[in-house]
Amino acid sequence: MRYHPLTTADRTAMLSKIGVPAVDDLFKDVPSAAVVPLSAFDLPDTKGELEVDRALTRLAAKNTAAGAAPFFCGAGAYKHHVPAAVDHLIQRSEFLTSYTPYQPEIAQGTLQYMFEFQTQVALLTGMEVANASLYDGSTATAEAVLMAQRITRRPKAILSGGLHPHYAETVETVAALSGQVQRAPVTPGKAEDLASLIDSDTACVVVQSPDVFGLIRDLKSVAAIAHAKGALLIAVVTEVVSLGLLEAPGFQDADIVACEGQSIGNGLNFGGPYVGLFATREKFLRQMPGRLTGETVDASGKRGYVLTLSTREQHIRREKATSNICTNSGLCCLAFTIHLSLLGEEGLTRLARLNHAKASALADKLAQVKGVSLVTPSFFNEFTIELSKPAAEVVDTLAAKGILAGVPASRLLPHDEHLRDLLIVAATETTTDEDADALATALGEIL
Amino acid sequence: MTMNNQGRPTAPGTIETNELPTISGDRGLDHEEPLIFEIGRDGHAGVDLPDVQLSETRLAGQRRKGAIGLPGLSEPEVIRHYVRLSRMNYAIDSGLYPLGSCTMKHNPRLNEKMARLPGFGDLHPLAPQSTTQGALQLISDLMKWLTTLTGMPAVAMSPKAGAHGELCGLLAIRAAIEARGETRKRILVPESAHGTNPATAAFAGFTIDEVKGTADGRVDMAELEGKLGPDVAAIMLTNPNTCGLFERDIRHMADATHKAGAYFYCDGANFNAIAGRVRPGDLGIDAMHINLHKTFSTPHGGGGPGAGPVVLSAALAPFAPLPLLVHDDKGFRLIEDRDELPEGAKPFGRMSAFHGQMGMFVRALSYMLSHGRDGVRQASEDAVLSANYILASLKDVMSAPFGDGPCMHEALFDDHFLDGTGVTTLDFAKAMIDEGYHPMTMYFPLVVHGAMLIEPTESESKESLDRFIHVLRELALEARDKKTARFEGAPRLAPRRRLDETAAARKPVLRWKKKDLPQAAE
Repeated sequence: MRYHPLTTADRTAMLSKIGVPAVDDLFKDVPSAAVVPLSAFDLPDTKGELEVDRALTRLAAKNTAAGAAPFFCGAGAYKHHVPAAVDHLIQRSEFLTSYTPYQPEIAQGTLQYMFEFQTQVALLTGMEVANASLYDGSTATAEAVLMAQRITRRPKAILSGGLHPHYAETVETVAALSGQVQRAPVTPGKAEDLASLIDSDTACVVVQSPDVFGLIRDLKSVAAIAHAKGALLIAVVTEVVSLGLLEAPGFQDADIVACEGQSIGNGLNFGGPYVGLFATREKFLRQMPGRLTGETVDASGKRGYVLTLSTREQHIRREKATSNICTNSGLCCLAFTIHLSLLGEEGLTRLARLNHAKASALADKLAQVKGVSLVTPSFFNEFTIELSKPAAEVVDTLAAKGILAGVPASRLLPHDEHLRDLLIVAATETTTDEDADALATALGEIL
Repeated sequence: MTMNNQGRPTAPGTIETNELPTISGDRGLDHEEPLIFEIGRDGHAGVDLPDVQLSETRLAGQRRKGAIGLPGLSEPEVIRHYVRLSRMNYAIDSGLYPLGSCTMKHNPRLNEKMARLPGFGDLHPLAPQSTTQGALQLISDLMKWLTTLTGMPAVAMSPKAGAHGELCGLLAIRAAIEARGETRKRILVPESAHGTNPATAAFAGFTIDEVKGTADGRVDMAELEGKLGPDVAAIMLTNPNTCGLFERDIRHMADATHKAGAYFYCDGANFNAIAGRVRPGDLGIDAMHINLHKTFSTPHGGGGPGAGPVVLSAALAPFAPLPLLVHDDKGFRLIEDRDELPEGAKPFGRMSAFHGQMGMFVRALSYMLSHGRDGVRQASEDAVLSANYILASLKDVMSAPFGDGPCMHEALFDDHFLDGTGVTTLDFAKAMIDEGYHPMTMYFPLVVHGAMLIEPTESESKESLDRFIHVLRELALEARDKKTARFEGAPRLAPRRRLDETAAARKPVLRWKKKDLPQAAE
């Protein structure tokens, strides 16, 4: 119990000051029947640092880290190289161990990086305003749908079949409370017909680009159809590095943009914590959920930053709040901001081009393997191939050989029989030629 | 001449440090730092990446046309910028952080090291499950700690923060009610609840009915029972409550709630006061979220990420969201497909894309293993002891609305001791900043006028508590003596003086924009 500074003598002195004989007297409001002895908990007692380190290291060693194998998994989470400086900086005590910046005079570090983050997200997405992050891309998408329902006062959300199925389930879980959700058919490698689904009850159309199969979508044409019927376009990006090469959703007339920001600055972490990016047009600002930092001045006229527009939030408006969320992904958004600052315009552009080049080369190589055909004619760093065998079986076989070949479409959509042979494959700047050769060779052997 | 507490001079002669501006605008080691966009310039990068040849045939004509507008900087410039920003922050590693209801305790660095093991940090959520057995076992181990400590049979791991956990709990309640073929629309929320409680209830499609408190800071049982009826879905209670008090009648409340056919939700934000001593399951609770950063010390990082696993009673367990973790002869397995659900499982949906905040799970388990069950219990006892020590040491100079206590892990004061002094709760808090302390939680709970809620936590030494008490006593005495100089215009010694929050909200500036530069003369 190295983390407990009080000594027995301290405790005695403190109890004496309080005027009670024992610590149990401080719990006198707790019904005595509810107090249980320590032995009631079937759990181990305290361990030293070395023992804990060993126990957890042993558990970690039972997993195959992405960096320990030829690795091609994507579908909403991507392996990128994060510069060493990023993790060093976010571990500085003053960032890592600070709380929500409720006292702005001594939280300018946090507030300024959030302001920088908001600016970077607005620039990347091509939107006018962004918040200081949400939990992740999927919950950001759900919040975007709720926001569209508030703005349009219409109940229905149309989800593209190319939206990550786990995002779609997340949206359904919360949006079904206030409206209806309709999923469009899943058409891997092709854009589905969304126009016929939009009617006068439609609040929004949610389109992911590149979509879950990797296909790059034409958002502008969807925006035009949606806007013609008074609905909003929500653009979703799960691989935010793609914005270094592809046109920003804001310049394709999206009304709300929700992204997963994990790719920049943050590790895979087996699914979390990640960082949700959320941006919109200025006219919708007061309907936007989440924390916001704004610029202001202090009493001596110096520029400074504060949390602002809290009149939308739960601690002021309670049941009338814009959303119930009361936090952001502070440290993950800091990692994003530092990594993006290191990249800059030049670095992000080069990183995005490199990702696309690696994926293109991999797609060309795999397409030559007998039993493999490319399903997605366009893509950024992730594409879908059709195999001559069920993809889940192939992935399991290759995992046993030490290759993490990608995500079978059936893992995300287990009920669509026509997706059974589809494999979603991602390449990034971390993919080597040797990795690509290993995958191609192994596929050639088992197909 | 000003002296510090070791008797050494802190300012030369009569020159006050504030009065002579520097040429640079900096003050010694305190640097003014521009925005990253104001430092960078085009054509520079802090990373080395090749400039590859690109074929555009697969870009579907969607290649970006214009520039994004990001600044270019070298690595040393970026590092210096963020190091300088970090120095403008207060943090638990630099001093006591007595934010009541928020809980800022020691963040062990072992936890950080463990979360960064490649087997956890560099693990893909959709990697084949045969290659993620250690991670799934870690989640299972953490679930065992949470169910054992709470005495509840099930836990949903995927909520990403406390408020997200509240939503998860209410959606389970909603599903359970629908499964009974009933419609219940009303949720009773005591007025002392966290602001997220009513917001979450509204978010989940319920109407909110507020329950008043008693003069001793607890839920008015008579009012609560009067409001219970066949349309009530749940009550949402925070216990220990936001006044820092234990709800003595909780067992009675649970029985009355269940008798009315409703469910009992407990906001578990304050579980750190009772962990290892009291099992919420024994109190009749049906659902409770656990903020891992509060009770199990995952770092808060300036606003997150959090993690809000929700423990569930047997009645609500079948409705836990996807994915479900099972363990059988084939090992650990996540079930994401409704066709593979174990018998009786009726998940209400999915809270987010993947399986929860794994990085936080590793930190929390590392903390739990370090503490052990004995350490968890000791932590609760020391947190409660420290809060009562503060209450006992300050109640003669500050005003405690609920008398002599005992309180739980946080001590509540109000602003009556400032009556007639012209000093407000806000002034008092800002004066603490000049003394080197982060202020306590102010103006919360809302039920107490000018509230000041102090949570010392178990990780402060007695010497640290004594220094803090000394400073607050002196500030309180100066205020009561109407020596208001320290309070006027405070803080004076922070990186910023008081900031204009009204102006920030009236005309929001939420991002940097490039200023139009004057055209150079030809």
